[in-house]
Amino acid sequence: MQQPNKLTPFFENLNFERDDNTMVINFGPQHPSAHGQLRLVLELDGEQVVKAYPDIGYLHRGIEKMAENMTYNEFLPTTDRLDYIASTSNNYAYALAVEKLLGIEAPRRAQVIRTMLLEINRIISHLFFIATHALDVGAMSVFLYAFREREFGMDLMEDYCGARLTHSAVRIGGVPLDLPEGFIENMIAWCDKVDHEVKNTYEALLTENRIWKMRLEDVGVISAEDALNWGCSGPMIRGSGVKYDIRKEEPYELYGELDFDIPISDRCDSYGRYMIYMQEIYQSTRILRQLVPMYKESEPQLMAHAPQYISAPKEEIMTQNYALMQHFVLVTQGMRPPKGEVYVPTESPKGELGFYIKSEGEPYAYRLKCRAPSFFHTGLLQDILVGTYIADVVTIIGTTNIVFGEVDR
Amino acid sequence: MRKYTPKDNVQKKSYYTDRYWVAPRVPREAVEEGTHFAEVVEKMKDFVKESYIEVGQLVIHIDAKENFEAIKTLKEECGYAQCSEQSAVDYLAQDGEFELFYQFLNINEAKRVRIVCRIKQGEAIESIVPLFNSANFAEREMYDMFGIKVNNHPFLKRIIMPDDWEGHPLLKTYPLQGDEFASWYEVDKIFGKEYRDIIGPENRDPARIDRYDTKRFSRVGYEVPFGADISEGEKENPIEYSETVLVDYNKDSGKQLDHRR
Repeated sequence: MQQPNKLTPFFENLNFERDDNTMVINFGPQHPSAHGQLRLVLELDGEQVVKAYPDIGYLHRGIEKMAENMTYNEFLPTTDRLDYIASTSNNYAYALAVEKLLGIEAPRRAQVIRTMLLEINRIISHLFFIATHALDVGAMSVFLYAFREREFGMDLMEDYCGARLTHSAVRIGGVPLDLPEGFIENMIAWCDKVDHEVKNTYEALLTENRIWKMRLEDVGVISAEDALNWGCSGPMIRGSGVKYDIRKEEPYELYGELDFDIPISDRCDSYGRYMIYMQEIYQSTRILRQLVPMYKESEPQLMAHAPQYISAPKEEIMTQNYALMQHFVLVTQGMRPPKGEVYVPTESPKGELGFYIKSEGEPYAYRLKCRAPSFFHTGLLQDILVGTYIADVVTIIGTTNIVFGEVDR
Repeated sequence: MRKYTPKDNVQKKSYYTDRYWVAPRVPREAVEEGTHFAEVVEKMKDFVKESYIEVGQLVIHIDAKENFEAIKTLKEECGYAQCSEQSAVDYLAQDGEFELFYQFLNINEAKRVRIVCRIKQGEAIESIVPLFNSANFAEREMYDMFGIKVNNHPFLKRIIMPDDWEGHPLLKTYPLQGDEFASWYEVDKIFGKEYRDIIGPENRDPARIDRYDTKRFSRVGYEVPFGADISEGEKENPIEYSETVLVDYNKDSGKQLDHRR
């Protein structure tokens, strides 16, 4: 046994030899396949995991506390830092929650642009998933190829909003900018490239790959009942045969008008989830192509007209006195939504990303709770890792696709 | 006289509020007969204190003592198979109570219900982990952030903050800038409290930058002797560039792509 004192404190990760002959090892928080800052304390019997204890909090920045001390517009760039792989989906989920609270709706063109950005972010996030998951499992080359396409996707985001990772590309009540010149053509070219690469490179490299199948098939099996019970969402729940996609079932933005399929798999294992991610990329490019004619038909208005909550366009602020006064009040004091509470779920690339906002009529949210999909997927690890072998642990962490920005918040 | 600032809520306040301002309320609609939500309210009638629809979701207020039974009914009889979120809101300053909410999802109907209950400060709530495993992490986070004890939770331990942390960060009374405990946390933990004086506040933060410190920081553009006192003022020394180096080699030979490849 250890003899802890001031100079040699008790190290729980050094507790190798135990009476019951199991070994405790410490996975992370600096392990390269811990997807950020996951510390996993594993109790092993030989090579089999007997007990798993996910320890989180190494990236805690108090984002919910910050939300209580920032005006609604001030907080929006902070949401970038939740799921930093697909920032716009966080911005959008937050903006949608506030819009539901205010009872306003973004104009048509803003909706088209938002849907476009959401789907571009979904592809970026899914490419990142395939890249890192393949890297974790051992397929190095897929990482290099997938990051190339992801880079072009981030170029598209850069063309739109100037940022590559922390976009803040959505505003409460609409979007700040119209699409730049040539964006549509670049986006369609990128969609073609992504479709082509996914089909001919990633799927060709992975889908029927013998090693890939051996590593993924029947690894990380979650039954549909367990997936529901543990609060799984997104590809995690669709990989268990539950057909639930918030875009289809509780449509928001333009998803009610768009034609797309929800890929599901009843394999319940990592391989099924991998297939879902691949298929969702095709569906996202399909959505992006449908959005182009919608964009061309729409009126050029970008922000909702709600003078009590949202500043007027810049021309009006510069020419009309009342618009300038409103703008001054909104900038110095912040908007004051009505009293009430709202929970708005959206389908982020990782799963159900929801914002619960409790407003007391002040310019600061009284309580903001971010329902992050990765948080619940991390909680699931303590269940599905038990009984697996140590070699599969990394595969299972990879297949849950957790991002620690939104686990710790 | 100094302005009164309430100590039970140290969060940021609006600096100006019109004295005649009355905040409107998000409309609450009554549950209509014949809808799915009416069935839910009917099945839950033993527990419902108040029910209404707010922004498309059913909100049911229940008694905190009956939370397990009520949620069991919701799960087994109404088909709400997923608990998507669980947390609390701090109303200690106003009412001396916490407001707890549970967010549920019915996959088949694509409907969401929020169960709300209130507990007094110091009271504990019954865990719903036997019904929903997703509440495992959610209740631990609520305990960590608000200090609300959860009875019969399988492993109630702080989840995000360190185990030996003092205070619960999402309480309205929790200071925004970090209190004494927080600022000395690493020093106390690694060296012990008696090292506070030896280390001192200037070394507490390893990322602290002192612009007059010539021992650990160098100046940009010029050098000063190691340990020299420059607190009186720094020497004017603009950075000079040699003109011969500034040749724009890219002026003629540079090639810019017209479009993305």
